[in-house]
Amino acid sequence: MSASHRDSRGRPIVAVTGLGIVTSLGQGKDANWEALTAGRSGIHRIERFPTDGLRTTIAATVDFLFDRPFAAPELSEKLATLAAEEAVAQSGLGQPGDFPGELFMAVPPVEMEWPQKQELAQSIEGVADYDALLRVAARHKHKAMHELFLFGGVAEHIAERFGTKGSPISLSTACSSGATAIQMGVEAIRRGETQAALCIGTDGSVHAEALIRFSLLSALSTQNDPPEGAAKPFSKNRDGFVMGEGAGALVLEDYDHALARGATILGIVAGCGERGDGFHRTRSSPDGKPAILAMQDALADAGLTPDDVDYINAHGTSTPENDKMEAMSCSAVFGERMANLPISSNKSMLGHTLTAAGAVEAVISLMTIAKGRIPPTINYNQPDPAIGLDVVPNEAREAKVRTVLSNSFGFGGQNTCLVLAAEPKAA
Amino acid sequence: MARDVVITGIGLASSLGEGIETHAQALADNAAPVVDTERFAPYPLHPLKALELDRQIPKKSDQRQMEPWQRLGVYAAGLALDGAGLKQDAEAKSQLQVIVAAGGGERDHAVDAAILTGLRDANRPGAFLNERLMSDLRPTLFLAQLSNLLAGNIAIVHGVTGASRTLMGEEQAGVDAVRTAHARIAAGQADIILVGGAYNAERRDMLLLFELGGYLRTAGFAPVFTRSDAPGMITGSAGAFLVLEAAERAAARGARVHARLSHAGAHRSRRQPGSVARALDDMLAGFGPLAPDALAVSAATGCAGITEEEAAAIAKAAPDARRVATGDLVGHAVEAAFPVSIALAAAALSTGVANEAIVTGAAHWRGEGAARLVKA
Repeated sequence: MSASHRDSRGRPIVAVTGLGIVTSLGQGKDANWEALTAGRSGIHRIERFPTDGLRTTIAATVDFLFDRPFAAPELSEKLATLAAEEAVAQSGLGQPGDFPGELFMAVPPVEMEWPQKQELAQSIEGVADYDALLRVAARHKHKAMHELFLFGGVAEHIAERFGTKGSPISLSTACSSGATAIQMGVEAIRRGETQAALCIGTDGSVHAEALIRFSLLSALSTQNDPPEGAAKPFSKNRDGFVMGEGAGALVLEDYDHALARGATILGIVAGCGERGDGFHRTRSSPDGKPAILAMQDALADAGLTPDDVDYINAHGTSTPENDKMEAMSCSAVFGERMANLPISSNKSMLGHTLTAAGAVEAVISLMTIAKGRIPPTINYNQPDPAIGLDVVPNEAREAKVRTVLSNSFGFGGQNTCLVLAAEPKAA
Repeated sequence: MARDVVITGIGLASSLGEGIETHAQALADNAAPVVDTERFAPYPLHPLKALELDRQIPKKSDQRQMEPWQRLGVYAAGLALDGAGLKQDAEAKSQLQVIVAAGGGERDHAVDAAILTGLRDANRPGAFLNERLMSDLRPTLFLAQLSNLLAGNIAIVHGVTGASRTLMGEEQAGVDAVRTAHARIAAGQADIILVGGAYNAERRDMLLLFELGGYLRTAGFAPVFTRSDAPGMITGSAGAFLVLEAAERAAARGARVHARLSHAGAHRSRRQPGSVARALDDMLAGFGPLAPDALAVSAATGCAGITEEEAAAIAKAAPDARRVATGDLVGHAVEAAFPVSIALAAAALSTGVANEAIVTGAAHWRGEGAARLVKA
């Protein structure tokens, strides 16, 4: 193969050659796809920690990976490892422990957790304040806690395990982090800096304080019963998101590099768009302008127009504000077409996997293209008259999907959109 | 093919004060650092010189919504934007990309201590923890703690509506941020980027994290490269932001150019004795021949072994260079350490203290970085 392929702007085309996923619905693409297209929810009552006195007692936690207590970074790392193993194996790229590309990881912010602080406090007499904790720490008998709670720890361990090249990137753009990890991988390949990238979004941080923090911001659904009915994106009675856990991993590769080694091309990341929003710390601009621009940027980056999009994988958190803003922004971008353009929210089943969501949903979007079937928005029983969308209600739908727009919006004015598409037709 | 990347804005704030002149002067004079050995004893640290926050963060409501590290970062970012002549330029601020190297926010130390103390005797610890957190955590504390909310606050306070990304991972986050910004501009993926970070050293929760691993110096102050009696970090509160810009864009708008960032590299060595020196050697060798009178600014931590390796790498690459440890001036600022060091080097070039500089930094636990700056 001597001809080199370039996108509409003359840049290397970024192929996807491996996909991996772990969520509350199970481990691996097959288990997740089966559950997602059956409209099954992974949201359940929390058993990981006592929920006494909490307004929200449900989450889409991943409970099948440890049979001992663990800290959030341990679960995040485990989730990422499993998703990456699946993706790298599918890609057939490199050798075990020697991945020939860079690592871009969306990881949740970490800090020391209560069980570890309690462990230190055990040997303290009197008030267990930070000076007392520091005196315990100074004995240097708890060295492992340092590494456990470093922000760079999870990505460092993944880099070591998979043998990725370069300085591993740990990043956060809040709830759009997973999409940003993919975007950074795309950029590195387009720069010609690397021919492959392992892009991962992971989040295993549902613990009491994390849940309480979101609860105090009134961001979470409190409709605990039944748990699987709580996440109701685009419904009139939606009342907040449900925390979820999971990981999504993608092997990105220069298209020509993938072709040359005879790899199966699962699709391409055709375009990325991102915009900041200086309006408010948690709320989006009421006019939806940053989200609109991010979608338009992603399409322009892909050299496509709104008419080329077959399906939108929504951010669709099930909060009153997000879903309204997203619907309005989509209508602004897609115009009258929006009434018939399918848009569904994986979060109706997976909850909001936060840092991981953009990557998890990119994996599902690429599976949607491959399978020709759109996972539904479940719990859609009370349509919101203000949101006139085709949300693929309650049941999966057969459809020919070549191009997906995947939206991710986050606290702090983060708006990231990806255009994911089927393999280019023979050029 | 690659475009030149220049520095058109430098925002610096630390224990020494704020601004290019203050820091360039301190670097030129080998000024004595400001060290507080009492407040967090036995851990010395460099406390932030109080800022007139109103000058960069006019609204009290914004100031209240932030933690000290975020205020420091927003302040330093404001200085950089002012210096680059961008603060009032809405068009430029809509194109401006932001890359922040960040950790997380401060715990409420009093709440934590009360809960931890109570937990020891609680009959139902889980329920007790829930009850206390529900009633004692400030709802907005979370937002003041989120890593990406430094970038979010820069957007809100300074009206930057370009997109932001927050990189994490202690010192290497600062290296990755600078390297990524440089690479994106050089490749034409962005024209102008605000990059930097901020670190508040005056918090026991961070001292706790580093002390758990045995990475803090507990004796009094000693220069970074002469701590073999008691190796370890002396942290310092500092924030630095740089406006990096494509040279042609800077020229077109007649911007003042402080320096050209000719190279920026990031590396992950599998740490073992000698690996840090090799990593830095390789990066520095790739920068090409250095001027004999170059300045070497080091973001070294003072931690055992790696600090000596960094010194050796600097000596090998630039044997006649004047070596300045950022830690000796303002302390070790973790995520901000590398951006602060780049800012110091740029300030030195801008004020004529040096004509060329290399910047190095081996993180306390993982990651190595290097950069080269030349006169524009």
